[in-house]
Amino acid sequence: MRLVVVSAGLSVPSSTRLLADRLTAATTALVPEAEVELIELRDLAVDIANNLVTGFAGARLQAALDAVAGADGLIAVTPVFSASYSGLFKSFFDVLDNTALTGTPVLTAATGGTARHSLALEHALRPLFAYLRAVVVPTAVYAASEDWGGSGDPLTDTLPTRIDRAAGELAALMRGRAAVAPPAEETVVPFAEQLAALEKR
Amino acid sequence: MQFGIFTVGDVTPDPTTGREPSENERIKAMVTMALKAEEIGLDVFATGEHHNPPFVPSSPTTMLGWIAARTEKLILSTSTTLITTNDPVKIAEDFAMLQHLADGRVDLMMGRGNTGPVYPWFGKDIRQGIPMAIENYALLHKLWREDVVDWEGRFRTPLQGFTSTPRPLDGVPPFVWHGSIRSPEIAEQAAFYGDGFFANNIFWPRTHFQKLINLYRQRFEHYGHGTASQAVVGVGGQFFMRKNSQDAVREFRPYFDNAPVYGHGPSMEEFMAETPLTVGSPQEVIDKTLSYRETYGDYQRQLFLVDHAGLPLKTVLEQMDLLGEILPALRAGFAEGRPAEVPDAPNHASLLAARNTAGLATANAQEV
Repeated sequence: MRLVVVSAGLSVPSSTRLLADRLTAATTALVPEAEVELIELRDLAVDIANNLVTGFAGARLQAALDAVAGADGLIAVTPVFSASYSGLFKSFFDVLDNTALTGTPVLTAATGGTARHSLALEHALRPLFAYLRAVVVPTAVYAASEDWGGSGDPLTDTLPTRIDRAAGELAALMRGRAAVAPPAEETVVPFAEQLAALEKR
Repeated sequence: MQFGIFTVGDVTPDPTTGREPSENERIKAMVTMALKAEEIGLDVFATGEHHNPPFVPSSPTTMLGWIAARTEKLILSTSTTLITTNDPVKIAEDFAMLQHLADGRVDLMMGRGNTGPVYPWFGKDIRQGIPMAIENYALLHKLWREDVVDWEGRFRTPLQGFTSTPRPLDGVPPFVWHGSIRSPEIAEQAAFYGDGFFANNIFWPRTHFQKLINLYRQRFEHYGHGTASQAVVGVGGQFFMRKNSQDAVREFRPYFDNAPVYGHGPSMEEFMAETPLTVGSPQEVIDKTLSYRETYGDYQRQLFLVDHAGLPLKTVLEQMDLLGEILPALRAGFAEGRPAEVPDAPNHASLLAARNTAGLATANAQEV
């Protein structure tokens, strides 16, 4: 089983990557047989821009896109910029084939300086993956700066709980999906059928 | 094996001088290139068709008719003729007329067109692109083969007792190619009719085009037109050459960096590694071009894009002179090891001969 992790953090080290790693660890604890591939979008930033300009992916970016398309589960983590996903994060999914994630379980997560932007997961990331016909797990994980510490308040110190819950949901969907056969090779519609479809009924 | 050039017909400022040719200059430049094509021994000149600025060739048969009158051997073609937004009746008439004036030196390439607003400007819906390409071509095919046509379809007004005039020269319709960069339906269509299939082979990695060409070859055989290796394949290409490789790289770089289609993106070196673009010496262009057959199999037509990104006419004509110089090497290279069963691209003479042979066979069968 293949678990692919897309992290759109820009700094090194990055809290987005930190969250991605925590989610990955929690998921692989439940699906130990999963092979994990991590894709740092920062490393592909120029390739992604070039794809936008030329209309095709260079070899390195294509390998990343193929990995995402072949994933049995995807963890997608972005920093929140200007009230939404980062432009780099969106651009990566813009150049991904719009059928590549059909039916794929996806865990969405985001980081930000303040918890006030946490609903970006619901109003930006969830519709994006709904459009791509992915199966987005119910729990989306947002980590604000304060989540990396702790206030001693059990009602707000919930990041580990949310990570585990989201990972559990993703793991369950990945296990359910593993039994599904891979899609058949693209087949061509015979010309007679294409022509017949145009005839008046 | 046929060699030629295909042009998009864009009006693009020269990035090194900022000078933008007028539409008149660009149109005259295109026909000058066509005359040059005949002069250097190329076989084909193909023009694009566009209905929006910055492109000038909205009326391909007008341009090709002018060229026909001033050339003797050159095959006049298109890259592409819009089978979606044009009325197939008008395509049948225009190209049959051109065929007569050019004494049969005409073929054409069907394409759908990828400019969104052109569809509504012509009263069409881009979402119906594939069905229109299929139905309109079915009608065009019939109009050239049946003297009196009754027709009813989805995309144009019905025809009762219609005869497209003039009838094709000698009763032999022009050979048709189908161009597509991503649609298996079009490869399937070309295979069904036993028509040619063209992959533009520019701007994208060749593995992308390889899939469609392989599909076309398999389906060509499936429909009984011959073996997969006998399918009629055309391929594009793009180069900039100078005697010294470094001169080519230095001179072309500003054009590359500012090109409308791919400029301001990857470096020229990356683009050369990823796509069929060659910028270098004549020998490098020969080597790269000859390598296409390893990807696509032995094929019938090689067209080059030589005049985009604001290159001035003088430079384009120099490029064509260099192309003329390497043409014998290209012809020899492609002929080497080419299996005997791989046919040449059909032309008017070969189609007429095939028709007469078939007609004779039918007549003999009737006598028996």
